[in-house]
Amino acid sequence: MASARLVRATMVALPSAVCVYRCSSGSNSASALRPAFHRRFVAVSACASAEGSSPAGGFTNNSPQPVSSVRISRKQQRAQSARVVSQQSSTRVTEENAGGSEYEAVIGIETHVQLATATKAFCSCPSQYGSEPNANVCPICMGLPGCLPVLNEKCVEFGVRLGLALHSDIALKSKFDRKQYFYPDLPKGYQISQFDIPIASNGFLEVDLPVECGGGHKRFGITRVHMEEDAGKLIHAGADQLSGSTHSQVDLNRAGVPLLEIVSEPDMRTGLEAAEYAAELQRTVRYLGVGNGNMQEGSMRCDVNISVRPKGRAQFGTKVEIKNMNSFSAMQRAIEYEFERQVQLIDEGEGDKIVQETRLWEEAAQRTTTMRKKEGLADYRYFPEPDLPEVILNEEYIESVRATLPELPNEKRRRYETLGLSMQDILVLTNDIDVAAYFDAVLEKGGDVKMAANWIMGDITAYLKNEKQSITELKLTPPTLAELIGLIKDGTISGKIAKEILPELLESGASAKSIVEKKGLLQISDVATIEKMIDEVLEKNSSQLEAYRGGKTKLQGFFVGQVMKASGGKVNPALMNKLLIEKLNG
Amino acid sequence: MAFRTSALMLPHQVGSGVNWRGQALKLSSKATWAVRSSSSCPSGTVTVGYAQAQERPSSVIRKIREDLENRERSAVNVMEDYLVRLRDREPQVQSFLHISEKALEEAKLLDEKIAQKATIGPLAGVPIAVKDNLCTKDMPSTGGSKILEGYRPPYDATAVRKLREGGAIIVGKTNMDEFGMGSTTEGSAYKVTANPWDVSRVPGGSSGGSAAAVAARQCAGALGSDTGGSIRQPASFCGVVGLKPTYGRVSRSGLMAYASSLDVVGCFGSSVEDVAILLQSIAGHDNSDSTSSTKDVPSFVETLKPVQNFSSKPLAGVKFGLIKETLEDGVDSSVVFAIRSAAQHLESLGAEVIEVELPKFSLGLPAYYVLAASEASSNLSRYDGARYGNRADAQELIPMYGNSRAQGLGAEVKRRILMGTYALSAGYYDAFYKRAQQVRRIIQTDLEVVLSKVDVLLSPVAPTVAYKIGEKTDDPLSMYAGDLMTVNVNLAGLPALVLPCGLAEGGPCGLPVGLQMVGKSFDEGELLRLGHIFEQTAPHWCQNVPPLVQ
Ligand SMILES: [Zn+2]
Repeated sequence: MASARLVRATMVALPSAVCVYRCSSGSNSASALRPAFHRRFVAVSACASAEGSSPAGGFTNNSPQPVSSVRISRKQQRAQSARVVSQQSSTRVTEENAGGSEYEAVIGIETHVQLATATKAFCSCPSQYGSEPNANVCPICMGLPGCLPVLNEKCVEFGVRLGLALHSDIALKSKFDRKQYFYPDLPKGYQISQFDIPIASNGFLEVDLPVECGGGHKRFGITRVHMEEDAGKLIHAGADQLSGSTHSQVDLNRAGVPLLEIVSEPDMRTGLEAAEYAAELQRTVRYLGVGNGNMQEGSMRCDVNISVRPKGRAQFGTKVEIKNMNSFSAMQRAIEYEFERQVQLIDEGEGDKIVQETRLWEEAAQRTTTMRKKEGLADYRYFPEPDLPEVILNEEYIESVRATLPELPNEKRRRYETLGLSMQDILVLTNDIDVAAYFDAVLEKGGDVKMAANWIMGDITAYLKNEKQSITELKLTPPTLAELIGLIKDGTISGKIAKEILPELLESGASAKSIVEKKGLLQISDVATIEKMIDEVLEKNSSQLEAYRGGKTKLQGFFVGQVMKASGGKVNPALMNKLLIEKLNG
Repeated sequence: MAFRTSALMLPHQVGSGVNWRGQALKLSSKATWAVRSSSSCPSGTVTVGYAQAQERPSSVIRKIREDLENRERSAVNVMEDYLVRLRDREPQVQSFLHISEKALEEAKLLDEKIAQKATIGPLAGVPIAVKDNLCTKDMPSTGGSKILEGYRPPYDATAVRKLREGGAIIVGKTNMDEFGMGSTTEGSAYKVTANPWDVSRVPGGSSGGSAAAVAARQCAGALGSDTGGSIRQPASFCGVVGLKPTYGRVSRSGLMAYASSLDVVGCFGSSVEDVAILLQSIAGHDNSDSTSSTKDVPSFVETLKPVQNFSSKPLAGVKFGLIKETLEDGVDSSVVFAIRSAAQHLESLGAEVIEVELPKFSLGLPAYYVLAASEASSNLSRYDGARYGNRADAQELIPMYGNSRAQGLGAEVKRRILMGTYALSAGYYDAFYKRAQQVRRIIQTDLEVVLSKVDVLLSPVAPTVAYKIGEKTDDPLSMYAGDLMTVNVNLAGLPALVLPCGLAEGGPCGLPVGLQMVGKSFDEGELLRLGHIFEQTAPHWCQNVPPLVQ
């Protein structure tokens, strides 16, 4: 965890971000801006949450930079870290750092999750990612004349599944609507979505914030969950972005892929909270099996709505939407940047320059830029989709879906708490459902809780990382690990021996006992045998024995080592120690 | 139009209580008919309708099948007959946007199958025309719009696929008002279709091409679509049988959507039996249309008894409700007279006919135009030039969209897109779209209530008979008003059958008037049964063969 934290701190404080920010803020003098910016930025960013399923939450795709490259003094950093631990929101950070100007960010998140259905939402095309452009298309998802949508019932099931997992009310009667706008990636000229009656509404998501950021348990409201279809993709040719491109190509593979849009209440106050909310949502989606939640592939996309207001005021400030963040840490940084930008404008009496608009997060430049201004609210001319009947559900169906819900991340965390694990360990173990399932399976086979946690988070995770394997591919099965832990616990083998044979267990998948027996590694716990070994050692080292008995008791370690060596490391250390002392003193 | 008895081709004594069997035969030789004919038809066409009038409308589809089974004609013979007629009349009628090059070939293949004694479908060898807003994978499908000029769909609409599976041969794609928006077929981006009864008049719309093609006997039957009357009004104008099924009875998959909650695929024929056979083939649940009904499809054809098996009062016990509001001021007296005469005839068959009031009937029209335009504004968004159809050249995205749509879409379509966009806009949604939905529910309830008191509702289809080409092109509101009698049926999703019920003055030999029968939800079977009895017993003035066929 420590190394992961280091990476994060390094990541977010890239000097380029500071520079760009200064440039973009126009008339501000750099010196006036920089300290405050640094402090706040680092303060809340030091605990950026990480995208990805690695239990440690590290940025596997980013090589860590040496701390020395960060342009913040160590002293500054230490001071900030200390503060961070005691702080849980940027509100207070702002309060302390910005000389009494008390602003808070109000953050809501709209998340699009692609569903792991075999086929698209309204046709039979495969819903897979990464095919040749326009390989997965048919008259329906191309919007050819005369084509009609036919709802994939799996979408409803997944909608109900996620709705229940988010403690929402499930609509017994919902419907589809058309959201209308023209764009080349939208073949029909409208998107089939749900407008006024979503499949699920009024729920919440519970999050345990990272311990190193001060921890804490939060509940964020879920406004609604609704079903809709994805649009296609435009590929701009002749340049690497829209501006300057000579023409655009349309790939409709993604058009019609089912999505769930999850709209949160504006309950988040910091970038950290927002990132943790999104990470928890991703975990939930993965636990439920409704989607892979992969942000890099765009299978999960978060749009952030953020406004800034003086703390204590009920009224919201002007809402700005930020798009184009493809990791949780990018989300957090984008929010911190945008918060800072807006506070800065307000502080300078230019609050009216904050306009309702959509801004893009530019990862390379570490800033947000205007994508489009909204002239009033966009009018999508929603109306009920006449090609699809209403979605009518009954309680029986909902209960049947509920019955298949797995233990959810928050439930798992609460259960692990009762097992006496630390929150730090809990967060690591529950981050990935496969890891958690592995852990649970070890416990089921009688493995000791703490030992199982340590083995999984330690040697096994290291092995997986090294081999680029996932835990589900591991040859060392949970029963074998439980067996191994059992052997240590009952004194059959020592922890040292266990570590020694682990590589073989990981490679071969053989049972622990068989390897121990095959290699003759069973721990020697027979008193007579041990006494015989001790006697032989004492005999061979009579001069040292004399010295010991003459008062050089430090030599005890020497004898322990000799006996251990004589036994090939197999002797039960505690028993041997006890017997050795008796003999030495006797 | 002033009502003149002499102009209405109605022998006076269709009177109640007269045995319709004897009466029918006698009427064909009545002097009144000849007198009327000679006075209103140019010489040389005096016999128009007369020879045909000797026979009751009968199923041409059944005849084709019998001929094929008895080896009296080959599928190629049948197809050649139709194709000759199709080409012969096309210069005057202009009902087709595309004529299949493969129809004869398909007929040949069918003959080979027959020679090998293979089983053939119920529609084997039947030449069918398809409205151009239904996708066909082997023919262009433009929906009558320039923006889809030359567009070839990669798949068949479900209704088309089902016809083909039944053995039908698609002879071509018929002209229509662009995307179904219009009541004259003048709204087509390609050509103006003429009414076979009088080529200076419109065939109605938007399925005008299909109705005219059936009336001109260019095909044995046709598919159309009906959003606010687009099957029924042209059926009425062209003197053919048209069926608008219950919403959900026929899959909309492959139908270019105009107003999804109102659109229905239906069919045209020159007899009720043909329409029943066609509906039988295209009806039923379709996995590719979630709004298609899972209700069982009964046998529609089975309930249609041959005329010899009718009792003397075949409609005894059936109660019809004549909608009062559709026979009031603003409706041509010749139309009113034809409908009242039809009602009288129904009474003569033993039915009870009462007048019913639907005071909120007129609310349907504005509600319909709000809802249809709203849905259209959304459904037509896909025609943006980006993926298919005509694209205008432009340097930037927005001008590309703008120019493609400006150049590709016609005036009426733009008008409805603008109206719909407005109605759905923030701040207007509640006043327009939401309110229209409320009206829709009122209309639904009202019709439901009245249909619990009578079996079937009767009304005209339109306030007038076919009018002149160009007469209403500059007056969209007056054209919209013509939909008053049909749109409520779409708002309520009910089935309706239109039957020729007489001729009014106009054209070389008179102009057809259609009788609209509105049934209970999913009760097409009863409509077809009653319609068949009406058709098979109706006096000669109900015959439906236009001058162009002679
Ligand atoms: Zn598709």
